[in-house]
Amino acid sequence: MQEDNVNNESCTCNCNKKDEFLEGLLNTYKPIKDNLIQMLNEVQEHYGYVPQYVQKELSEFLNIPLAEIYGVITFYSRFTLKPKGKYAISVCLGTACFVKGSRKIMDRLTEKLGIGPGETTADGKFSIDETRCVGACGLAPVFTVNGEVYGKATVQKLDEVLDELMNK
Amino acid sequence: MKTIDEIHEIRIQKRKELELRINTNADTREKHILVCHGTGCTSSKSPQILENFRRIIEEKGLENVRVIKTGCFGLCAKGPIVIIRPEDTFYAMVTPEDCEEIIQTHIIEGNRVERLLCKDIDGTKVNSLDELTFYKKQKRIALKNCGVINPENIDEYLAFDGYLALEKVLKEMTAEQVIETITKSGLRGRGGAGFPTGKKWELTKASQDSQKYVVCNADEGDPGAFMDRSILEGDPHSVLEAMEIAGYTIGANKGFIYVRAEYPIAVKRLQTAINQARDYGILGENIFGTGFNFDIEIRLGAGAFVCGEETALLESIEGKRGQPRVKPPYPAQSGLWGKPTLINNVETYANIAQIILKGADWYSSIGTENSKGTKVFALGGNVNNIGLVEVPMGTTLREIVYDIGGGIPNGRDFKAAQTGGPSGGCIPKEHLDTPIDYESLKEIGSMMGSGGLIVMDDTKCMVSLAKFYLEFTVSESCGKCTPCRIGTKRMLELLEKLCAGKGSEEDIDKLEKLASNIRKASVCGLGQSAPNPVISTLKYFRKEFEEHAIDKQCRALECKAMAKIKIDPEKCKGCGLCQKHCPVNAIEGEAREKRIINQEKCIKCGTCLTNCPFHAIGN
Repeated sequence: MQEDNVNNESCTCNCNKKDEFLEGLLNTYKPIKDNLIQMLNEVQEHYGYVPQYVQKELSEFLNIPLAEIYGVITFYSRFTLKPKGKYAISVCLGTACFVKGSRKIMDRLTEKLGIGPGETTADGKFSIDETRCVGACGLAPVFTVNGEVYGKATVQKLDEVLDELMNK
Repeated sequence: MKTIDEIHEIRIQKRKELELRINTNADTREKHILVCHGTGCTSSKSPQILENFRRIIEEKGLENVRVIKTGCFGLCAKGPIVIIRPEDTFYAMVTPEDCEEIIQTHIIEGNRVERLLCKDIDGTKVNSLDELTFYKKQKRIALKNCGVINPENIDEYLAFDGYLALEKVLKEMTAEQVIETITKSGLRGRGGAGFPTGKKWELTKASQDSQKYVVCNADEGDPGAFMDRSILEGDPHSVLEAMEIAGYTIGANKGFIYVRAEYPIAVKRLQTAINQARDYGILGENIFGTGFNFDIEIRLGAGAFVCGEETALLESIEGKRGQPRVKPPYPAQSGLWGKPTLINNVETYANIAQIILKGADWYSSIGTENSKGTKVFALGGNVNNIGLVEVPMGTTLREIVYDIGGGIPNGRDFKAAQTGGPSGGCIPKEHLDTPIDYESLKEIGSMMGSGGLIVMDDTKCMVSLAKFYLEFTVSESCGKCTPCRIGTKRMLELLEKLCAGKGSEEDIDKLEKLASNIRKASVCGLGQSAPNPVISTLKYFRKEFEEHAIDKQCRALECKAMAKIKIDPEKCKGCGLCQKHCPVNAIEGEAREKRIINQEKCIKCGTCLTNCPFHAIGN
């Protein structure tokens, strides 16, 4: 479960409320309830999370109570209420990767960054996610950094990648 | 918009042009360099390979050479894969730097690049794709076009009888005849449950309503399964064509494809395919001038396993939380927005056009008595040839693992195979010769599932595996019904206890009892099948559960809490490196003396193990 977003009033992505993207989004879709998930997908894609002010806009636009929108956001793992890190690291925990030891990669990652899956480091640099199958089973175990796939992963390889990113 | 005559013309022209893709003796001076663009190969730089080829060809001003992006060839373990036709040369693990050599040696000089030739499992180099043992026992129906055509070009789909089945249905067949053909073919739902497809179509057709829908379930959530995605990425038009045929048959004019947003390549290619089909007038109004209207829209899923359940999927399309509905009524009576809805899975659709064109008798001649046709499996885990395979029903697990899969790596032994993902079960060694079909898999406590097939070697702990699947169901349970929401959580806690070495025999009994209750009392398929991985591992590997519970031992050494790290006094030279590195000072002993690990202090981090220069430390 994601944390409550009541105190998440200030937006961290430096956007102006009702920015160009949001205006465009509201113009593209018809105000029909069915469009909620599609719109949320675009919002998540654009901002990297679903800011609270956007939830409010959607609530008014689609005439859906804010609580219901919150319910939908927290139901689907793709939607998040907090921004992801500059380097979003996902470890595949699909069965093929699990059998090849991806749990060890995840353990090492959480140990090194001091945060758990679904969390972002205080400096906003890293976030960790669990994914279920990125489809590169031939390269198992894999982890991804901002979508780029690192295959045949080992703890050493992860350490190297992390060291490089930490110094960036 | 194209007229039907124009489409016929494209089909004939393009077919001639592409003859070399399927015929090694094609009379042509052209060469086609096919570069796999499935997700696996894309992850290992195949787009850059494609770009390099194009650049080099342009620089050298070569003619009669084309570079083509294709869907998955199947043998993902050897990716990135490049195939050159018509000679069918199979290059494995190609890097962007190899392109220059391939062009120079193969294309210009006409010799094979020996070092890049794919090796078969016995180490021999093979010249062409057909020679590989991996492909010999396969039969490709659903994957027919994957790796053959460019999925982003409708003309290439048309070249290989694309949209011919749709034309036949619209012009020559009644809805009843289509249903009869599908029923007679024996095709059953490839999503896992195996409901007869013809029956489903018949039921949806029988529901009276002015508005009906056709839905494609492309929410492939089983971790480790990527069959449906490969079909969407490699041959998206086959799904569109089948959905149109379904629409005509049941009386619907609107279709939705519900696909995971985590599959960006599949989504993009589907959208391209839809746009191209619309441009050609194959999708939209008055298709082929027959007065039949049909359009398709994509709906993105947002990462919820339960949305693979048909009624949860419908809720999600409607923009809500994907919680399953109570059945009946079934979607055939009341589905999307309360209207009769036909839902089939991607692979099921991918078979339809072939059945229409080649006939029900042809299809039903393949497979076993009650399971006809082929099944696509995503073969993964501890097996040499990881990849996508399509085999006739009735093929044995042994054939898949050892002949097609090339056996277990590192000389290890086969322990179990898992089919059906979090809803399925484990198949132990003694059932390796079971022919794979819906009934026989069920009989031995597993299920067909959507097609994930994970092989495990003898270093795997089955209790941990059961725990892994329960972790998955606990995090994916939608929370609607109590047995699933709370029951699976309790089961997971028991398994965690066992893996931590704190369990007892009583816990195993509790697990069994919970499993049977959750199975009976849950609302949807997810809950009803959630205990399966536990039930089947208990059935075949009960001894391992007992070892965890009674002896506090994990024979696979996977359960860290029970591992006892020891120093072998024979090998220890007393150098003290282990002591120096131990983060919790658990290693005792004076200088130059043999060291001992204090088991009470040891946290099993393994640091000493990696630092010992004499390999004296082990489990």
